[in-house]
Amino acid sequence: MMAPQTGLWPAVAMIAAIVLSSTTGEVLTAAAMKSIGDLDAVRAQSGMKGAILAVVTCPLFFIGVGFLALSFFSLLFALNHLSLSLVAPASASLTLVTNAVAGKIFLKENVDRRRWAAAVLVCVGVYLLAH
Amino acid sequence: MSHQLSPRQYFVLGLVALCAPLGDTCLSRGMTQLPAISLAHPLTLVAAVFTPWIGAGIALLIGFFASYLTALSWADLTFVLPATALGNVIVAFLARFWLQEPISVARWMGIVLITLGVSFVAQGPSLTVQPAATADAAETAGVVSEDSEAERVSVQ
Repeated sequence: MMAPQTGLWPAVAMIAAIVLSSTTGEVLTAAAMKSIGDLDAVRAQSGMKGAILAVVTCPLFFIGVGFLALSFFSLLFALNHLSLSLVAPASASLTLVTNAVAGKIFLKENVDRRRWAAAVLVCVGVYLLAH
Repeated sequence: MSHQLSPRQYFVLGLVALCAPLGDTCLSRGMTQLPAISLAHPLTLVAAVFTPWIGAGIALLIGFFASYLTALSWADLTFVLPATALGNVIVAFLARFWLQEPISVARWMGIVLITLGVSFVAQGPSLTVQPAATADAAETAGVVSEDSEAERVSVQ
């Protein structure tokens, strides 16, 4: 339950901030890794050092990690005002659905009925498990 | 890129699924064992990193991030995220049968839904082949076939 001093809309805004920053971070990180290519192949060709170098020299990767860090600090901020039993399951499960939408729009991934069903089932499942 | 995952790729997905919840559990266990840390003494937080449970938790989370990045390099985000949610189920079972923690009916329902979701996504392809990539692949294949044609001619 949310703390008595926190209203509904501030709580919604805090959870939305976590979900949006996390989704942006995941999508940018995924785009960065796709632009680098199969890491197993990179490592086979240029060794572990080459694979690490390929990741750390990709600017998109750092922007993605920046958003993931922002999402982490938004989570900490929200935990200061709301209870863990609300924030953790709500943010973890909503992120799965927003990632499916963002993956389809921005990464042009083929989110077919099977993937939509999986995203929704896992979303509800994670909520029930973490609550 | 083949849509069929190799055993090595399944192993990487398994690492993603297991390292994150286990790492969080180690951090949680390590932090609750420590006395309360206040912002007035931030160095105690640095000292916490060197305690066994928190050290193990950080190592597991580094392992998670490395395997997660590897998985994203050959599979879609919308495949990796639901597929690796199975880790939550494994941790719930560990809590039930190893730590003897009770699991409520709602949690059992959560376990069933996640397992169903993972089985749905696992039946499909792991990577979307973009039209541009397909064209590139066809072009590359064309170049390869021309090369082998030229090689065949030169051998003759």
